[in-house]
Amino acid sequence: MAFAEAGFNLEIDLTRGSIERVATDPGLSKLYLGGLGTNTKILWDRVPPEVEPFSPENLLIFGTGLLVGTPAPGCNRTIVSTISPQTKLMAYSMMGGFWAPELKYAGYDKVIFRGKSPTLVYLWINNDKVEIRDASHLAGKGAVETQELIRQELKEPYAQVAAIGLAGENRVFTASIEQGRSSASRLGIGAVMGDKGIKAIAVRGTKDINIARPAEYMQLCSDVLKYISDREEKPVPGVMPILAGLGSPQEMLHTDEKWHTENFSWGNSRTRRKEFWTKEVEEKWKETQENARTRLISCYNCPMKCGAIISLPGMSTYMMKCFTKLTYNMAAFVDDLDFGFRIAQRATEYGVDGFSTPQIMAFAFELLEAGILTDKDFEGCPTDNEGKFYWLLDKIVRREGIGDVLADGTHWAAQKIGKGAEAYAHNNIKKHEQLPLKLGMLNPVYFLMYCTGEKANITQIEGQFPQAPFPTMEEREDFVKDWVHVPDEKFKQYLLDWEVRGEKSNPYYPTVDMSVDIVDWQEKMHYIDDALGMCAGLSSFPLKPPYHIHNYPAFISSATGFDIDEAGVSLAAKRSRTLVRAFNIRRGLSRADEKPPEDHWRKRFPELEEQLLDAYYKFKGWNNQGIPTKETLHELGMDYVSEDLEKRGILSYE
Amino acid sequence: MSKVKKKIKVIKIDVDKCNGCRACELICSSFHASPKYSSNNPERSRIRLIRDPIKDIYLPVYAGEYTPSECTGRNKYVLDGREYSECDTCRASCPSRSLFKEPDSGLPLKCDMCDGEEEPLCVTWCLAKALTYEEREEEREEEPKLGEMEIGLESLVHRHGLQKVMDTIARLSKKG
Repeated sequence: MAFAEAGFNLEIDLTRGSIERVATDPGLSKLYLGGLGTNTKILWDRVPPEVEPFSPENLLIFGTGLLVGTPAPGCNRTIVSTISPQTKLMAYSMMGGFWAPELKYAGYDKVIFRGKSPTLVYLWINNDKVEIRDASHLAGKGAVETQELIRQELKEPYAQVAAIGLAGENRVFTASIEQGRSSASRLGIGAVMGDKGIKAIAVRGTKDINIARPAEYMQLCSDVLKYISDREEKPVPGVMPILAGLGSPQEMLHTDEKWHTENFSWGNSRTRRKEFWTKEVEEKWKETQENARTRLISCYNCPMKCGAIISLPGMSTYMMKCFTKLTYNMAAFVDDLDFGFRIAQRATEYGVDGFSTPQIMAFAFELLEAGILTDKDFEGCPTDNEGKFYWLLDKIVRREGIGDVLADGTHWAAQKIGKGAEAYAHNNIKKHEQLPLKLGMLNPVYFLMYCTGEKANITQIEGQFPQAPFPTMEEREDFVKDWVHVPDEKFKQYLLDWEVRGEKSNPYYPTVDMSVDIVDWQEKMHYIDDALGMCAGLSSFPLKPPYHIHNYPAFISSATGFDIDEAGVSLAAKRSRTLVRAFNIRRGLSRADEKPPEDHWRKRFPELEEQLLDAYYKFKGWNNQGIPTKETLHELGMDYVSEDLEKRGILSYE
Repeated sequence: MSKVKKKIKVIKIDVDKCNGCRACELICSSFHASPKYSSNNPERSRIRLIRDPIKDIYLPVYAGEYTPSECTGRNKYVLDGREYSECDTCRASCPSRSLFKEPDSGLPLKCDMCDGEEEPLCVTWCLAKALTYEEREEEREEEPKLGEMEIGLESLVHRHGLQKVMDTIARLSKKG
């Protein structure tokens, strides 16, 4: 009997229209834990570096986390992995919601697509019965609308559906996969899904997911639930509200947006509006949000209410979460929040990433202003800020005119446009648009996370160590008192000694070695979460979360029955992290790519930055180009990787 | 007949507080697994969330009595502008729908308020407090307690009709 896992993957060859149910190797779960870990192993084994994102040889893997479908609160993530059309590296965008548990209950851990369907199709997984069905009648339909249409067509109100919108069908590089209140948005995986001709995947499952040591596992789950309940009563003092509690940033709950609107940049990540949040704006925005929001909602088996149902007169209802609430307003310089909710509805139906897409549009209008693009490119475009954005969103999603160029994201669009447009694609890492955040003093920990994060997305890398020092020793001592989450006591001292100003402040404190330590901890937690299918919002992302390195081993052991301790979990996470790195190295990632946007901090320290990267690589057991060494790979039991890298001439060993 | 005091267990359902996470379904299936907590499958749950986010419908319903045939109820309720079918609000394990049946055997499921626990676990797991638990005492007419044999016979009569059961018993007694 399989424990925690279903024990089978679905292999779908879209070219031939074949469907296979394949038993998985439980040994791999011990090594890589599942989810992202085993997704990566499959990609490594089966997708050589020559494969282009839109090649039939590219795989699109929908993986569930190891503990998904069990009662561990908040464990519900789908990890979608493929080659990103934007970065050409591995993409692993994730979504919460209800899809992954349903797939587990249907009896599968992953769905692996290869090939390309000649016509638009959707996959219907109903326990043991799996069909590829025609989706030509769904072409052009909205991503939210499609989910409902499929449920009606199948007469299965309980089916969970992940779908793409028009953007995915048209292979827009910022296309997302939408599912209920969740979406896998980053790095253009919706475009790969569209390229393969898959409009949606519907799942219905009524089977069991078993637990190896039930009583022990349930005790752990109950403890976590109790902790969440208590923790919600005790927000962390001295940090802004969205960092004080658990969950993904509670953007749907909170209406106070002074911090985001005044500290994040407007337009093409350019302008800080320090006096924006007036009393008048505050009242208006509160009213708009409360009118638009019907209910705060959750993902499967999670008490956090990070999402909301948004219902405005004259448009169909949709679901929203996190920061998309603000990205369109701020990119378009529109001061009325109503615009944000309305354009996001259209964007969600189109199925586009709410981070990158507004920035691409702001970038385009900046190019127009600079004379690099011309009025001819914008023929028929309205002149008001709201109208402009609606117009351009349509053009991008339909890949019409200038929209076709912009649909590839700011990096590739700038390359095509030329005439100095590259300088305007200024907010990218590894060709991928980032949060519009521009700061003063370099923060060494964030510098490293920005540079080296394989997710190419800072919001999914930050973690359990505070983002800034507490001003007083009293606050620091108070904070470390119940800080059980640290993997080692030394982290408490790092925090206690961290000052706002002076010798022990950014950028030289935390020191290079401390920074590497902190980054390694944060990163490790993310890799564990992404393997287990745990939402970062209850683990690697917030301060003092219910899950941490000390209770995870017991969760994994009692659920799966294979005994693993802290060192074992850390090792599995390291394997997974190293394999993602090796996969990207094989695809051409190099040290030169590992840099944050030039203007991310006003004060930069080139020498220190090099030291940080050197130290990080060394700590990881990589050479100074960021390539895992033969020794490191050998210690991890991954000689197959070094052999491949050697054969390809990427690493040469004496 | 004399009056007796009886403890009535009540779950109060506040649909406005439901966040739609279905933890109630999951923990119910887990608690009722054998051995306890050994497997998870919302399809085995004795509480199901009727859920349609786009229409803002979040209605937890508990499994009640088994019914051998479907009823004629096809009415619709509109509450707070949301439309519910009569079926949505019904707790029966009924042939007209797949709800409240063991997925492999088709046997009916029924909520037992997690007998033996301090409170039903769906309530404990509902941090949104859409489900809360109350106990109250009610005075009731004392009902004659049925013996095991009577309960068994009653369900046989319910299923096959009195005549058939009597005929069978008569036939069995001749054999003896």
